[in-house]
Amino acid sequence: MTMIFGVPVQALLGQLLIGLINGSFYALLSLGLAIIFGLLRMINFAHGAQYMLGAFAAYLLLHFAGIGYWPALILAPLIVGVLGAVTERLFLRRLYDLDPLYGLLFTFGLALTLEGSFRYLYGASGQPYATPAALAGGTNLGFMFLPIYRGWVVVVSLIVCLATWFLIEKTKLGAYLRAATENATLVQAFGVNVPVLLTFTYGLGVALAAFAGVLAAPIYQVSPLMGSNIIIVVFAVVVVGGMGSIMGAIVTGYMLGIAEGLTKVFYPEASNIVIFVIMAIVLLIRPAGLFGREA
Amino acid sequence: MSRSTSTSTATMTPLAAGRQKSRTTLRLVLAVIALGLLLAAPFFVYPIFLMKVLCFALFACAFNVLLGYTGLLSFGHATFFGGAAYFTAHAVKEWGFPPELGILVGVAGAALLGLVMGLLAIRRQGIYFAMITLALSQMFFFFCLQAEFTKGEDGIQSVPRGHLLGVIDLSQPLAMYYLVAFTFLLGLFLIWRFVHSPFGMVLKSIRENEARATSLGYSVARYKLGAFVFSAALAGLAGGLKALVFQFATLTDVSWQMSGEVILMTLLGGIGTMLGPVFGAGLVVTLGNYLATTGFPVTIITGVVFMVCVLLFRRGIIGEFNASRFGRKL
Repeated sequence: MTMIFGVPVQALLGQLLIGLINGSFYALLSLGLAIIFGLLRMINFAHGAQYMLGAFAAYLLLHFAGIGYWPALILAPLIVGVLGAVTERLFLRRLYDLDPLYGLLFTFGLALTLEGSFRYLYGASGQPYATPAALAGGTNLGFMFLPIYRGWVVVVSLIVCLATWFLIEKTKLGAYLRAATENATLVQAFGVNVPVLLTFTYGLGVALAAFAGVLAAPIYQVSPLMGSNIIIVVFAVVVVGGMGSIMGAIVTGYMLGIAEGLTKVFYPEASNIVIFVIMAIVLLIRPAGLFGREA
Repeated sequence: MSRSTSTSTATMTPLAAGRQKSRTTLRLVLAVIALGLLLAAPFFVYPIFLMKVLCFALFACAFNVLLGYTGLLSFGHATFFGGAAYFTAHAVKEWGFPPELGILVGVAGAALLGLVMGLLAIRRQGIYFAMITLALSQMFFFFCLQAEFTKGEDGIQSVPRGHLLGVIDLSQPLAMYYLVAFTFLLGLFLIWRFVHSPFGMVLKSIRENEARATSLGYSVARYKLGAFVFSAALAGLAGGLKALVFQFATLTDVSWQMSGEVILMTLLGGIGTMLGPVFGAGLVVTLGNYLATTGFPVTIITGVVFMVCVLLFRRGIIGEFNASRFGRKL
């Protein structure tokens, strides 16, 4: 068996793949957080819960309406995104003039409520969600065995990340968004409906989280706790990357996912905390984050 | 946020001086009544419940030093509370330390953790500060999950309460209660002194306008770190006590849910008020105990209370009371 650094190649590549998949979720979630933070100046603590909602939406669509994976991939983010937009309209809007910490606390309460409700209804253990038939099975790449669904997750999340980047950096709508980030009052004076823009942005960020949730459903089980397990890591990712840049959020997400995967190979005991350690080191060396601007 | 009471009576009109005097008397009377209630309570209410409330009240007050008086939202205070519980439990059970030394070990450990976490977290402000403390405390949680001395999922169990100063048997519920009550009052007094000291005034100025405090020549980072370590040490005092009261230390106390709970207590009672966190802790603990018997998940209620507080009730119970007509007379 071929070895690299005293580790079998299969194990290394296997963990690298897992790292890449985790990285895909980190990237999608931190991207959503960065978009919301950019315009709303608020940290969306409910992001993990909305990721969980996405997975549950797919699960419920399947069980109560017989709607399968492919339509759910579009429908679930749409439903959860609209719910997010409604939340923004009804509640978050009232918090914009306050200290941003109140937004954090409100969405923390929202996360607890959502998580508690689903736990009450479905218990703490996960519900299985089958891999779609077209993506079942795996393929032998010669040097390793690749489950097709996992390859699909990496590819599709990369595409969605890049599409979001394109939407924000290269389109007219994105230009409005970026302008409103710089100076909302001025943009409003030019006739752009900034409140609608805010609602749309929050909905978009939430929909990205829900999309990640649907992608995750066949890999992990659909569990009420899946959100809170991941959100704190994503916060660390966001601190490392700095929320100033969209591309920065994406790149940091993948990088840290891979770093986590590699740690599992070389020093498994530390794999839970490696991202936090990296965060601490980055704070010491470059407090603003790798891609951030000094606030 | 908080009202200034430092105006000296000498410079006031006779009427104002009289009002000030009656206000002081009223406050004194209320303080004596509260003290009486604190001393008599264990004869009417289950002592373990009271001790739980007092430990959490002290924890919340310690947390409030940061949020209320310095303007820093720490989302990782469970680290100090739960960490100290582990340290105290370990010192008392494995090293055979007497309770007073055991608690000291907990406080020192919490202060040290506070120093490390504070050094990292104060490098960023506002929302980032909250996220960094949360991430670091999650790291500590994983450490506790895997470390030898914490006994993993089981936690440290059947911790002996021992004899205070070698004399007072703390396995007596009343003796334990009065130790907790005394420590609680001591902690409250320390916080009061700290907040009203020149150091505390600088902290308030940082809360109100950090850039201006810097431009006045204050080393803002050092003041923040000082407040952080002080708050962590007192949270550790509460945690160490709790370990002795319940005779165990588990992962629950270092989890992020615990960090959230202490924020809720403070928010509900009134951020930046001296007694708000005490009331908040009393309410949250009572609610938790009540819901535990019904089987309805606490997190749903906690979450809803959070949202309602933030939307409608940001000053908290004591904050609203202080702003009310009756409260302003106090």
